[in-house]
Amino acid sequence: MTRPLLLALVRGTAVLVALASLAVTLHTGPARPGAALSFGALVLTGELTRWSAPPGAGAGPEVREPAPLGAAAALAYALLGEEAGRSAHHGACQTVAVVLTAGLLGSVPHIARGHAGTLDHLVRRVLTVFVAATGTHVLHATGATRAWGGPGHAVALPVLLALTALCGAVVAALSLHCRTRWPFVPLLREELRGLLGLGSAVCATGAVTALGVAVAGLWALPVCALPMLLTQLSFRRCAAVRAVCRQTIASLARATEIAGYTPAGHARRVAALSRAVGRDLGLTEPDLTVLEHAALMHDIGQLSLVDPVPAGATAGLPAAEQRRIALLGGAVVRRTGADREVAVVVERQADPCPEQTLPARIVRAVNAYDEKARDAGAGGPLEALEELRRAGGDYAPEVLAALARVLARDGLTIPAAG
Amino acid sequence: MEAVPPRARATVACAVLGALPCLFPVLPASHTPVPHTPWATVLPLAALYAGCERLGGRRFAGTGCPVLLAAVLLLPPSAAALVALPGALLARGERPDDVLRRAWHAAQQVLAVWTAAHVHTALGGRAVVAECRFPAALGCAAAAVVAFCLVLTALDAGIRACCGHVSLSRAWRGLFCRTLAPVAVHGLAGLMMAVLWRSPYGPVTALLVLLPTGASWWAYAQYDRERAAHRATIRALVQAVDLKDGYTRGHSERVGQASVMIARELGMDDERVEVLRFAGLLHDVGKLGVPTRLLRKDGPLTDEERRVIELHPEYGHEMVRGISFLDEARAAILHHHERLDGSGYPYGLTGDRIPECARVVAVADAFDAMTSTRSYRPARPVPAALWELRRCAGAQFDPRMVTALVRALARHGWHPAVTSGDDRMPQPSDTSAPVPGTDGAPEQARAVLRAAAVPREHSRR
Repeated sequence: MTRPLLLALVRGTAVLVALASLAVTLHTGPARPGAALSFGALVLTGELTRWSAPPGAGAGPEVREPAPLGAAAALAYALLGEEAGRSAHHGACQTVAVVLTAGLLGSVPHIARGHAGTLDHLVRRVLTVFVAATGTHVLHATGATRAWGGPGHAVALPVLLALTALCGAVVAALSLHCRTRWPFVPLLREELRGLLGLGSAVCATGAVTALGVAVAGLWALPVCALPMLLTQLSFRRCAAVRAVCRQTIASLARATEIAGYTPAGHARRVAALSRAVGRDLGLTEPDLTVLEHAALMHDIGQLSLVDPVPAGATAGLPAAEQRRIALLGGAVVRRTGADREVAVVVERQADPCPEQTLPARIVRAVNAYDEKARDAGAGGPLEALEELRRAGGDYAPEVLAALARVLARDGLTIPAAG
Repeated sequence: MEAVPPRARATVACAVLGALPCLFPVLPASHTPVPHTPWATVLPLAALYAGCERLGGRRFAGTGCPVLLAAVLLLPPSAAALVALPGALLARGERPDDVLRRAWHAAQQVLAVWTAAHVHTALGGRAVVAECRFPAALGCAAAAVVAFCLVLTALDAGIRACCGHVSLSRAWRGLFCRTLAPVAVHGLAGLMMAVLWRSPYGPVTALLVLLPTGASWWAYAQYDRERAAHRATIRALVQAVDLKDGYTRGHSERVGQASVMIARELGMDDERVEVLRFAGLLHDVGKLGVPTRLLRKDGPLTDEERRVIELHPEYGHEMVRGISFLDEARAAILHHHERLDGSGYPYGLTGDRIPECARVVAVADAFDAMTSTRSYRPARPVPAALWELRRCAGAQFDPRMVTALVRALARHGWHPAVTSGDDRMPQPSDTSAPVPGTDGAPEQARAVLRAAAVPREHSRR
C-alpha cells in the first residue's frame, strides 16, 4: 500500500510546487522577459525533439534522459545569476513557471501521439529545476557568490549541480519503482550510473550556458546549446538503429519457430520473462539487454540439428545433448558480431547450475518453465514452477524465487513482449 | 606495413620544414623573440590539449579540438601553434614507432593553427573576444575556423594524392565538405572556452565546455557502433543459412553484390541500391525453415520434398516481416523464384507483376549459382553463365536486368568479395567447363534451373 502513497507524494509535491510557482509569477509579473522567453524557447525545442520511447524499447542513455537539451536549458535558466555582466536574478518561482510552461507546450505532440511517461518526465523536471533554482537563490541571497569571486562561483556551481542531479535520480528511480514494482535499489544505482555519463554532460552544459550568458549575454545561448542538440539528434538515430537491430534479432529468433524446431512465440516469451526476472534480481540495463538477446537466441543451436527435437523441448533431453545444442547455438551467435557475452550465455545455458553465470541460469530456468507451463492447463504456471523446484539442483533457487515473484506480480500471466 | 612512396616522404619533410618557422618566434633561442609570449595561457592549454588527445582515445576522439580552436582565438599565431605541438606528437591511436606519421600530424596541425590564428588576429578577433562583443566574435571565429579547415584538408588531400592515385582537387573537395561541419561545432565550443577563459570566472569554467562536446562525440560515435552491430546481425541471419545449407557458403553475399551491380547499372538511387543489397543478402533466409535433411540431400528430390523446399520464399518473407526497414526487400525475398512466363513460384506471377527488385535478385541468384562450384558440377566461366542468362531472358529472366548485369560486368568485372570462412571462390577462368553452344541445350537448361533451384518440369498452377 505504501507504493501508491509514495507515488502520490512525489507527484503531489511537484504539482504543489508548480501551482505555487505559477501563482507567484503571475502575481509579481515576470522579471526580465527577454531572458525568460529565450530560455523558454530553448527548453521548448528540447522537449519537442525529445525522444519518446516506444513501448518495450531497449536500453540506452536516451531512455534515462530523453531530452538532454531541455534538461540543460532548464538547469541553465535555474542557475542564471547575471546577464552580460549585469545582475539578472529572477526568483526560483519564475524559473519553475517558465520551465513548466515550456515543458507542457513541448509535451503536447508527445501526448497527442499517445506516448506514455510524459507526467513522470515533467514531475522530474519540475522538482530538479526547483532544487537548482532554490540553491542558486540561497547562494545569491547570502552573498556567497560575491564573497567567493568568479572562480569560487565556478566551483560552487558543480556542487549545486551534483545535488540537483542526485535529487533527479532519486525522483526518477522512485517513480519508476512505484509504477512498475521493480526493486528500488538497482533502479537507483542505474540512475546514478547514468549521471556519470550523460548526466554530467547535461549538468556541464547547464553551467556553461549560465556562465556564458552571464559573460556574453543571450548570444551564448545557441552557441552553448548546439552540442546538446547534436547529442539529442544522435540519440534519435541511435534509438532507430537499435530498434532495427532488435527486430533483426527477433527475426533470427523466429527462424527456429518457422523451421518447426520450437513452438510459436517461445523465444519471445522466454525473452520477456527472462528480462523481468533479471530486473527483479537487480541486473543492470546493459546486462538486461545481453540477457534478452541471449534469451531470444537460446534455441538457435537447434538449427544445426538435422532433425528437429520433438516440440523443441530441450529441457527433457539428456544433459550431454542439451550442452551440444547450446554450444552449436553459441557458435552461431558468435558469428553475429553481437556482444560476446550473449554467445557465452547461450553456450552455457545447459551447464550444471553451479558453473553457470546468472544470466545463463535465468535463461535455463525460464526456458524450462515456458516449456512446462505450455503443456499444462489452467493451473499450468504454478505446477510448472513446482516441478522446477522439485527438479533439485538443475535450476538455481534464487532464480526460481525471482520467477515466482515476477509471476505473482504479473497475475500469473506471461508478460507481453515488446 | 605498406611502403611509403618517396613523394609522400618528401611532402612530409616539406610540411615539417614549413611548420618550424611558425614556432620560431616563441622559442627562447630564436633571434627575434616575441616580447610577451603569454606562457600562463600557452602552458595550461597545451597540457589540456595533450591530455585530451592522450586520454580521449577513439571513443572521445575530437575532444581536444575545441581546446585547439580556443588557443587560436586566444593567442598570437606562434603561441597558438605551440599549443598544438605536444598534443599532436603524443596523440594516441597511432603506432608509437611511426615517426613519419607523427611528424606529419604535428606539422599539419601546427600549420593549420598558425594560419587560423593569423586570420583571426588580422580581423582583430582577440580584442573582440576579450571584450565579448558578440555577433562580431562569431564572425571572426567563423573566419578562423574556415581557414583552419582549409589548411588541414588541403594538406590531407595533398598527402593522399601523393600516396594514392586520387586527383588532388577531388580529394580536397570531399574532405573539406566532410570536415567543415564538425570543425565548426568545435569552433563554437572553442569560442565559448575562449570567452570564459578571459571572463571573471576564469579558466576553470573552460574545462566544463569539454564535457558536452565529449558527450556529443560519444553519441555520434555510438551511432556508428550501433549501425555496425546491425549489419553484423543481418549477416548473422545469412550465416545461419550457411550453417544449414553448407554448400551455398558465401552465395548470399555474392548475390547481394551482384544485385547491387545491377541496381547501380539501372541507375537506381542509393537508398534502393542499399535495399537491394539486403534483398540479395537475405533472399534465401527462408531456407532456415526447411528441414536440414532436405537441404543436404545429395540425390534427386521427390515431388513432396521439392514442394517443401519451394516453400522457402514464403518462410523468408514471414521471417523478416518484423524488420521495418526492409519493406521492398521483403517483396524480393518472396518473389525471387518467380519467372516472367508465370511458371515460377510461389504465386506464378508473370511479367511486370513480379516486383522489380525480385527480378533483379532472380538474375543475380542464377548468375552466382552458375559461376560457383557445386558438389555435382564445377563452376562455369562468367561468359558461359552470361550466355545462358541471355538465352533464358524473356522466359525466365527480365532481359533488362540481364543486359544490366552484362554491362556492369563488362565495366567492372566480377570480383566477388571473400567473406570470413568463405574458402570456395568461384573460378571464372575454368577452361574445363563446357563451352556454350556445343553442349546439349536441354542439359544446360537443366543445369541452370537446378542451380537456381527452379525445377523447370515442375511448374505450379
